[in-house]
Amino acid sequence: MALLPARRTRTGLGIVGKIALYILLAIGTVSMLLPFVWMVSTSLKEPGNIFLLPPQWVPIPPRWQNYPDLLKVIPFHLLFLNSLKIALLSVTGALFANSMGAFAFARVRFPGRDPLFMVLLATMMIPGTVTLIPVFIIMKTLGWLDTHYPLIVPAYFGGAFGTFFLRQFFLGLPQDFVDSARMDGCRFFGVYWRIFLPLAKPALATLAIFGFMGSWNDLIGPLIYLNTLEKLTLPLGLAILKGGLRAPGHYTLVMAGATISITPMLILFFSAQKYFVQAIVRSGLRA
Amino acid sequence: MALSAPAFLRGRRPRLDMAKEEAAEGYLMVLPVGLGLLIFSFGPIFASLYLSFTSWDLFGPPEWIGLLNYTGMFRDQLFLKSMSNTLYYTLLAVPFGTALALAVAIALNQKLRGTNILRTVFFLPSVCSDVAIAVTWVWLYMPDMGLFDIILKSVGLPSPHWLSSTEWAMPSVVIMAIWGGLGYNMVIFLAGLQSIAQEYYEAAMIDGANRWQSFWRVTMPLLSPITFFVVIMYVIGSLQVFASVYVMTGGGPYNATLTIAYYLFRNGFEWFKMGYASSLAYVLFFVILAVTLVQFVLQRRWVYYES
Repeated sequence: MALLPARRTRTGLGIVGKIALYILLAIGTVSMLLPFVWMVSTSLKEPGNIFLLPPQWVPIPPRWQNYPDLLKVIPFHLLFLNSLKIALLSVTGALFANSMGAFAFARVRFPGRDPLFMVLLATMMIPGTVTLIPVFIIMKTLGWLDTHYPLIVPAYFGGAFGTFFLRQFFLGLPQDFVDSARMDGCRFFGVYWRIFLPLAKPALATLAIFGFMGSWNDLIGPLIYLNTLEKLTLPLGLAILKGGLRAPGHYTLVMAGATISITPMLILFFSAQKYFVQAIVRSGLRA
Repeated sequence: MALSAPAFLRGRRPRLDMAKEEAAEGYLMVLPVGLGLLIFSFGPIFASLYLSFTSWDLFGPPEWIGLLNYTGMFRDQLFLKSMSNTLYYTLLAVPFGTALALAVAIALNQKLRGTNILRTVFFLPSVCSDVAIAVTWVWLYMPDMGLFDIILKSVGLPSPHWLSSTEWAMPSVVIMAIWGGLGYNMVIFLAGLQSIAQEYYEAAMIDGANRWQSFWRVTMPLLSPITFFVVIMYVIGSLQVFASVYVMTGGGPYNATLTIAYYLFRNGFEWFKMGYASSLAYVLFFVILAVTLVQFVLQRRWVYYES
């Protein structure tokens, strides 16, 4: 599972250089993994044992009971389902709106198309903090506070990055596909739906993963819109858990919550690594 | 699929109608994105500009107060503090974070065993939520009982008291942020390194350049557009840092980690000062814009574009 296809460049290092590099990389690897190991390890300890010296790295026996205990403090299973529902629904909406808009911007001619696209691109420069308050007021006016709508519905109106990303992809497909389908009497929507969309699967997967990750990990949205405990998302629930359980002994529960909240993303990452890398590299190299 | 009659047999409509129909279909297809642009970008941008000249607590109509929000900011100690904290955070995170990501990318671009696994390891934090990372690091930083203090104690070093010290709280948040963002930037740098043509290195070697020289004379210039991109995005992200300080310190101790985005959140959503919060959003926007423009001007001195 390569993060990026290995393309070795430089000529070989000397043996001393290699050893030095290995030592540095070993230190780096330990530093990267230590917080994760500590998170999982703490989540499986007896609450009384987390302050033991020297620290207990592998708790024996592991205390799985911390996970059911967590659910007694905060309904984490509901939060998990909320996060999943919000992420799936908003990704679906974003993919639909972005791909349809992207197709029109790439392949359909209509007056004002290019200026409109430039304006859309320009909005990528606007930081989210500027629109936060007015959008909050819109949601409040609609009576959507303390519901999941504010976290889902905006996705159905697309976004600048996704539209831009898919437009680039569609521009790379041959114009002949459009022309011959049009010749056969196919509408533009048909060309988009039956020809371009199926061909865009890799690009859609990349975008879906990033959208899912953004929604799954978001804090500020749920923070300003949600109040009821049963409606929270995982990150917000975790933040509240950490703030609420001030006694250090409760870190077993907080770490159990953290472990639960990162596991789905890790699974997604390991099963779709190449899409993650593609998304980052594409967003990086367009500069 | 059924065979369809050739177009000329079906009685083609005039070209003008076709163009009109095409345009109509085009407008329909961009309708969701276009409406979104109007409702979630344009409307809010102007609405928040208007609100920034008002005083409003969400109840009753906003009251126009002209420039008072903006002029008042310079006497608002918390605003000045949050602004300087945010700049401090950015100045710590961006140079160290970028340099470290570049170093890791170069190390993992070498002919070594296991680099693929190591790349994955470095990338892991990038898929985790800021909140999950932050709660874990709060536990690592915990005074006396946290892992870091345990390690320091075992080698006989005093604890800097991490998040509970006004001096160390911000650097502690930055250390975590660098750890969390390392893998993401590493992937961008790796892609950049791999796009540098091998011939440049061969030419440099023939000219007698050693590794050090070819790094500074070949790698760095050819990588500079990527470095520029990483720095720009890192700065923009750092100026808006919110989730980590919200979870880790709540802005404390003594506002030592109060960032501008967090101060904006407090004004808007804890104290319901929507007008003032909107003016803070605009100030933040202009700071981001100004810093980005300055970087684009300065790039001429150090960013090298081929062709």
